[in-house]
Amino acid sequence: MIRLNTPITDKDIRNLKVGEKVLITGTIYTARDQAHTRLIKEENLEFEIAGSVIYYVGPTPKREGYAIGASGPTSSYRMDKLAVPLMEKGLKIMIGKGDRSEEFRHEMIKNNAVYLITTGGAGALMSSKIKKSTLVMYEDLGAEAVYKLEVEDFPCFVAYDIYGNNIFKDSNHEK
Amino acid sequence: MRQINLVDITKLVKEAVIKINYNLDQSLVSLIQKAKTNETRDLSKSILSDILENQEIAKEGNIPLCQDTGVVVVLLEVGNNVTYEGDIYEAINEGVRQGYLEGYLRKSMVTHPFNRVNTLDNTPAIIHTKIIQGDKIKMKIAAKGGGSENMSKVTMLTPTEGIEGVKQLVLDTIFNAGGKPCPPLIVGIGIGGNLEKSAQLAKEAIFRDLDDCSDDKTIKKLEEDLYNEINALGVGPMGVGGNTTCLAVKINYYPMHIASLPVAINIQCHSARHTEVEL
Repeated sequence: MIRLNTPITDKDIRNLKVGEKVLITGTIYTARDQAHTRLIKEENLEFEIAGSVIYYVGPTPKREGYAIGASGPTSSYRMDKLAVPLMEKGLKIMIGKGDRSEEFRHEMIKNNAVYLITTGGAGALMSSKIKKSTLVMYEDLGAEAVYKLEVEDFPCFVAYDIYGNNIFKDSNHEK
Repeated sequence: MRQINLVDITKLVKEAVIKINYNLDQSLVSLIQKAKTNETRDLSKSILSDILENQEIAKEGNIPLCQDTGVVVVLLEVGNNVTYEGDIYEAINEGVRQGYLEGYLRKSMVTHPFNRVNTLDNTPAIIHTKIIQGDKIKMKIAAKGGGSENMSKVTMLTPTEGIEGVKQLVLDTIFNAGGKPCPPLIVGIGIGGNLEKSAQLAKEAIFRDLDDCSDDKTIKKLEEDLYNEINALGVGPMGVGGNTTCLAVKINYYPMHIASLPVAINIQCHSARHTEVEL
């Protein structure tokens, strides 16, 4: 098990190997499909993208006294092409669920970034690891807006590492 | 004729959508617990533990099970001896509206394929209606997630492709979906009818009790064979490999044209949220 604190460095990325459990503490940002289509067109982002972590999530509305609602991952493949310009600007970690394209994996390795997964459908569990959420950009997108999350020991697994390993292909389901 | 007040329909729908989004059915929880003991690798076990822990936190911490609180699907059955004043579809949608707003559930419905503007109250529900005998109104209500629905499909096979053709199609579909639909899955399959009938059969199949099986001998065997063969694919919990890719396979069938063998596969994620109510 590896503990990571944000922002993420190139050295952190080199230490991550497929299948390993990772606990992230610090600041991460949320973005899904619609936020990505806008982020890639921005000249100046309202947060530091270099060394950053983006979590693919659209939470449920939060109750009074809660930091956030249910916050499990959404399928990452929809962001495959949209993630490339952000990695080129220094995005280091993407968190979501499910396999992604070969093209994405190639770009990810080229940009010295990694892809982590969390347990899909575990929205309540993930929510318990998020201590604070603040709106950063695109309020009109509602659940799809960009939020800044303060997380503690946010549990993930390394799905793709920079050494070309893939958790979905290395498992025992090769055809 | 029995008079029904549509306000009661609204109330039932509202309570149902809130309940299912916070509480996983115990029969499903038991299957996941059993699956966990069947896994040998730490990673696969750990994901099933997360799912089990998640439903405890949801129930006790008042947080929805999943951030995708779904599109509401209602299988509505209206007895022919029931009468009511007003629009029953609007009454159902009002229940969805109240449930999603008051229950802190995510609004996931957009009005238009291309402008993607949110309807802000998770309406409209997708409602399938049947007229039945009697003086009751029955509703099977589900909150169906988008990730698993995106991996579902309808295929028009030819009759001579037969049972082997159906098997191959199902196995390919589940394998290619990998971790995206959040396995372990409940696989609903509709065989027969036509294009839309097969899809509806598949949808109805995912509402079936987890421990029931088809009353047709051939279909029952196909359910059992597919259950074993899907689990032998090794996709595993969330696609990371393992022995548990599905928790159940349910197949519904219907007569069809001599030229056709329609097959619909409706994939349900492990967070299978549905219930049944009656008025």
